[in-house]
Amino acid sequence: MNKHKTPMLDQLESGEWPSFISGIKRLRDDHPDQRIRETTNDLLGQLEHSYETVKGYWKGGTVSVFGYGGGIIPRFSEVGDLFPKSREFHTLRVQPPAGNYYTTGILRRLADSWEKWGSGLVTFHGQTGNIMFIGATTDNTQHFFDEINDYGFDLGGAGPCVRTAQSCVGSGRCEQSCANEHKIHRKLVNNFLDEMHRPALPYKFKFKISGCPNDCMNAIERSDFAVIGTWRDDMQVNQNEVKAYVAHKGRKYLIDNVLTRCPTHALSLDDDDTLRVDNPNCVRCMHCLNIMPKALSPGKDRGISILIGGKRTLKIGDRFGTIIVPFMKLETEDDYARLVEISERTIDFFAENALEHERIGEMIERIGLVNFLDALDIEMDPNMIVHPRENSYVRTDNWDEEAAKWFEHHPRGKKTADAV
Amino acid sequence: MAQVKRRTPIESGCPDGIQYMHPVMQKNFGLWKYHDDPRPGVLRHIAYSGDEIWTVRAATQRILDLFSLRKLCEIGDVYADGYVRFTIRSNIEFMVADGAKVDGLIEALEQSGFVVGGTRNSIASISHTQGWLHCDIPATDASGVVKSMMDQLIDEFRSWNMPNRVHITTSCCQINCGGQGDIAINIQHTKPPKINHDQVANVCERPSVVARCPVAAIRPAMVNGKPSLEVDERKCVCCGACYPPCPPMQINDPEHSKLAIWIGGNHSNARGRPTFQKLVAAGIPNNPPRWPETTAIVKRILAAYKDNARDWERINDWVERIGWPRFFELTELPFTKFHIDNWRGQQKSLNASTHLRF
Repeated sequence: MNKHKTPMLDQLESGEWPSFISGIKRLRDDHPDQRIRETTNDLLGQLEHSYETVKGYWKGGTVSVFGYGGGIIPRFSEVGDLFPKSREFHTLRVQPPAGNYYTTGILRRLADSWEKWGSGLVTFHGQTGNIMFIGATTDNTQHFFDEINDYGFDLGGAGPCVRTAQSCVGSGRCEQSCANEHKIHRKLVNNFLDEMHRPALPYKFKFKISGCPNDCMNAIERSDFAVIGTWRDDMQVNQNEVKAYVAHKGRKYLIDNVLTRCPTHALSLDDDDTLRVDNPNCVRCMHCLNIMPKALSPGKDRGISILIGGKRTLKIGDRFGTIIVPFMKLETEDDYARLVEISERTIDFFAENALEHERIGEMIERIGLVNFLDALDIEMDPNMIVHPRENSYVRTDNWDEEAAKWFEHHPRGKKTADAV
Repeated sequence: MAQVKRRTPIESGCPDGIQYMHPVMQKNFGLWKYHDDPRPGVLRHIAYSGDEIWTVRAATQRILDLFSLRKLCEIGDVYADGYVRFTIRSNIEFMVADGAKVDGLIEALEQSGFVVGGTRNSIASISHTQGWLHCDIPATDASGVVKSMMDQLIDEFRSWNMPNRVHITTSCCQINCGGQGDIAINIQHTKPPKINHDQVANVCERPSVVARCPVAAIRPAMVNGKPSLEVDERKCVCCGACYPPCPPMQINDPEHSKLAIWIGGNHSNARGRPTFQKLVAAGIPNNPPRWPETTAIVKRILAAYKDNARDWERINDWVERIGWPRFFELTELPFTKFHIDNWRGQQKSLNASTHLRF
């Protein structure tokens, strides 16, 4: 094997941060399988060519496994004559276990399978949340899938379809978790495997699940359907721990870093160094809980919020997901069934009404949130907005009817949340 | 011809993660009381039962070769309990029940070239994309940018010296797969696509390309007697959205595709509502293999943040307090007409957060 010279890539081997180039070179130089050595050699050759010319040389195509229409990112080299052994270099998107939990045993098993059929390069995880098995020929894609599918791994989404979901570390380790992220993740996404494996939606649709409003999964920014754990009763305060915190860090630190950072001024310190919380005005931002996890915890009446429509710029501009369901409990199987039903109605409506290549956030912007809520039969709630409309051009001729709907579920003098 | 028998896929979907979860974590599922941070890269979670689980977080090169993956498994077996997970920023985390194992585990990881850190108020691992190694539309190589930058920021990954955590992302096109970040380094194309008119009719579905353009700058045209597309170059915003559905619309340009830096993206609801990143610098040369100009500007922004922000302020909180004029003053970056957004619509009256009142 003639090793390609890689003077530019070689410069990425120095320095303390782990080098992906050194890793690929180890496969080229030390791997016992000639196929892997040759593939990674030509891959390095093409990558060096990219570094020299400041251009990419991969093009897409159509590759999938028998029975599916997606899940694979096909890559054919445009300079395959120069680098024939990495001419076909497809990525398999494989769904990780919820919460990205693994044992070393299962990782070794995946490594063994990938060694048989792939390039030996893998990423945990791609930006949508898939395990990215990078670099297989068209034939080997099928073999690799067959093998890992036999022991419980399935392809994720690629193209206009329901995509692989992501959930945070969650209840398995985190004290801020307000929901069973793993169960939500699997209930939602595993209900749409047909929509995932056979792309037929207007465009991609992503679920992400975070157990609390810290939103470690970036669900509001990066998913079409964000499920975020929250609570609606009073946060739990351990006053002894508050006092201990004051004794340890000082009053000034607490005032400057906790009290005055509360976005709704819902915290104050009493003269005996205990914390007073104006709970009806707490917006569950998590700041004080993050700083004082020993003293402050989420309340006990926990559930989830649902926000719909997050996406990046293409093509009408960035959108955050916005509140569609401010709060719902997730305790019984019926509760979970209701969540799944909301997701089904959402995707059905999206499939029928979005334009080609339009995300659901853009669709909502085009048709208006009210029309979307009406179509899904979801009740209007002031938590869906930052403030009511400013534009006076609105028809209000059935005001009384709409007001009556509100009072049906919100008798005067009763708290909004109790009716949810 | 005999029919080849094909295996039907088992549509099992997302596997259950709990089967791979540390027994202590299974036992205390949903019953964690609090956590503390014994040292950088280490978390200690305490359950109501009194049980503890220790986590050691380490950065990898993200694009893992099998040798590195197996090395991580070996370390997990010898020095830890064999239970791992990956964070959203591609760090690996080893969970152990016995805190006495932590020092040996850290030593083994560092000796094998992995970097322990990335917790609390550090510069976290950079979230990034595939680049020239695999993507079909990349204008740069995120992996190389990241390696070059983290070589210089590694001490900040290993320590707790920043006002709050710093999430950096890089992306190789304006689709921004790297995602929102406190600091985001993204490609910014500066010239309209060059069209290979000979190929358009064969490769592209022209109406979908026309539809893809956010500013309606593309229209069908006959060029040299062949059906093709043309771009109104005065309208074109050089976003590159036409390139994925139609590769003959060559947007990548070794000279004119520059890097841009955005700051203040924050996905958390802590303190303020989530925020999108804002443009602060553009026109930075796309300069492999080490992109020194990019790292230099990022370091300037980080230095200003470190010196001027208060504890717990993320970059967006900090700039919100000090204001943009002061930001440009402190970082000595030019403020230009390109910083003023005169395009996008508004969605400001919707609640883009979990800030709720019950």
